[in-house]
Amino acid sequence: MPPWLAVQPELAHVGAADAQAGAARGAVGTGAIARWVTVGAVLLVAALLPQLVDHYFLRTAILLVYSAYLAQCWNIVGGYAGQFSFGHATFFGIGAYTTAILFIRWGISPWIGMWAGALLAAATGVFLGSLSFRYGLKGPYFSLATLAFAEIFRILALNWDAVGGPRGMLLPLRESFWNYQFPEESTYYYVILVMLIAVTALVAWLAHTRWGMYFQALREDEDAAEALGVDTTRHKLLAMALSSAAIALGGTFYLQHMFYIDPDLAFGIDVSVNALLPAIVGGPGTVWGPLVGALVLTPLGEFTRSALGGYGGVHLMLYGAVLITVILLLPGGLLSLPERWRERSRRGGPAARREGERGAA
Amino acid sequence: MSIVQFGQAVLDGLLVGGVYALVAAGLTMIFGVMRFINFAHGALLMVGMYTAYWAWTLAGISPYLSLPLTCAVLFVLGALIERALVHPLLDAPEHNQLLLTLGLMLLLENLALFLFSPDFRTVRIESLEGALAVGPFLLNRPRLIAFVGAILVSTALYLLLQRTEVGRRIRATAQDRDGAQLVGINVKRIYVITFGIGAACAGIAGALITPYFYTAPHVGHVFLLMAFVVVVLGGLGNFLGALVGGLMVGVAESVGALLLPGSLKGLIPFALFVLVLFYRPTGLFGGGSHVA
Repeated sequence: MPPWLAVQPELAHVGAADAQAGAARGAVGTGAIARWVTVGAVLLVAALLPQLVDHYFLRTAILLVYSAYLAQCWNIVGGYAGQFSFGHATFFGIGAYTTAILFIRWGISPWIGMWAGALLAAATGVFLGSLSFRYGLKGPYFSLATLAFAEIFRILALNWDAVGGPRGMLLPLRESFWNYQFPEESTYYYVILVMLIAVTALVAWLAHTRWGMYFQALREDEDAAEALGVDTTRHKLLAMALSSAAIALGGTFYLQHMFYIDPDLAFGIDVSVNALLPAIVGGPGTVWGPLVGALVLTPLGEFTRSALGGYGGVHLMLYGAVLITVILLLPGGLLSLPERWRERSRRGGPAARREGERGAA
Repeated sequence: MSIVQFGQAVLDGLLVGGVYALVAAGLTMIFGVMRFINFAHGALLMVGMYTAYWAWTLAGISPYLSLPLTCAVLFVLGALIERALVHPLLDAPEHNQLLLTLGLMLLLENLALFLFSPDFRTVRIESLEGALAVGPFLLNRPRLIAFVGAILVSTALYLLLQRTEVGRRIRATAQDRDGAQLVGINVKRIYVITFGIGAACAGIAGALITPYFYTAPHVGHVFLLMAFVVVVLGGLGNFLGALVGGLMVGVAESVGALLLPGSLKGLIPFALFVLVLFYRPTGLFGGGSHVA
């Protein structure tokens, strides 16, 4: 048999695979409709939730949406651009502190203050990022550097008397919509829900734009992306700016909801961990990962807290266990689970494996 | 600032720096041999502190006498962690290693919180109270003992690495994993031992400071960050670099406290850290894989 003929079985196989993929693509059409129906249903339930549940449940829901929001912000630079920041507390804290200072000192509405905070956080993110990237800090070195930056900001806030030092800042109670202070818990819920929808839409849109593609390219192989002409530093900074600005708005929300901020709540390592955890558990670098992660972690945390009682933070014990399990068994996050299953069934269940053994024999 | 004040600050810094050096030695050894960044190192130190604390509270054994126990507990814990969690991830992307040990840190710290409450606990040994006067300087006794202990343990570890068969094998594995395997070294076992020793270093350091430092679930944070500063300063994986770096960071922090108001002295290690990361990412003494 001439050698070129020997290739043919493989070609035939490729053809079959193509046909299969075509069929699958046809199925995606209905799949997409199903997905949008699901999204619509979830949105409807989310929008009506305050009418359906009691106060405790609503607070948990706020916690869940808020946690998904922080994770989605982290996801932009951590998940998509692959820069594992361990110091997003820096930008969160800048958002909260800027808003608080502007409001308490000059009575500037938090609705304006939050954008000032976001701008300042983005500038800080670009500054810290350009320092780090200029000196070629990659992977864990970047993570440790961001962690150190957050710690520097925490110590600065601790020592800055004008912002209360270790005592932090208490917002004066002046309830009005213009002051971002609401009598109803449900208003806070809607605010954070809208924020989550907006940032998720941003991420979903980004993923399909040139920017988003570049983010992913530099995450997968920075040198290759550079060789293909992607300005990797610029795109890393862009991801950093967007992510920092977005999470700063989350800092403002936290401040307005709690009426209080101090150096540990703003710049502590817990904030950074809370920002990355749901994204990692759900699936970093995916649109729905942070939401899935929050959907799993927040109820788990609430349940542990009510079951074990005791001291704040006990639920983190379980979060740690979940994180370890996910990293060991499902490094792509929970969202990679269906694909895992599909792959396993493709590579063969028990029957196919027996077939393979026979073939080998 | 008088010269005596300055000298006192340098001495205090050296005493604390010795402990930093021991914590960092464990961290840098794990990195040097296994290329693995252990974010749970501070949590292991915390486990060492509680081991010493409970030996003191329940059985009345002083933290110095219970050192062999602490050492054994932490070595076994480290070996188990290596076998169960770290080994499967050795070839995984580095950020996954960092995240795994972050998970481990959360698990250990909050387990301690759950079991032992967030109370600050102290081990008070009355016979050690008061300071030792050396010329114009005062040396706090527990700190002095911790310093001497840390230096002794570090030296012992250095000799172990340089002079013994196990040490030779560890160094060979650090230099070239595949080469070591080829000449018949059981690399898997070396990794278990290395992680065990690294954990034991953190644990011993923890036990040594219990007579003067509070024991609490999140106490490891301070030392974790400091150990990273030291390790990066000395060069990741550079054992002697970690020892010198530890002393330097201790002195820098202590002298800085004289010059800066409030808790601003806390900035110095991080400022140092960031500067070293930027300008000399291989550390002041060159980093790389050499464990010695």
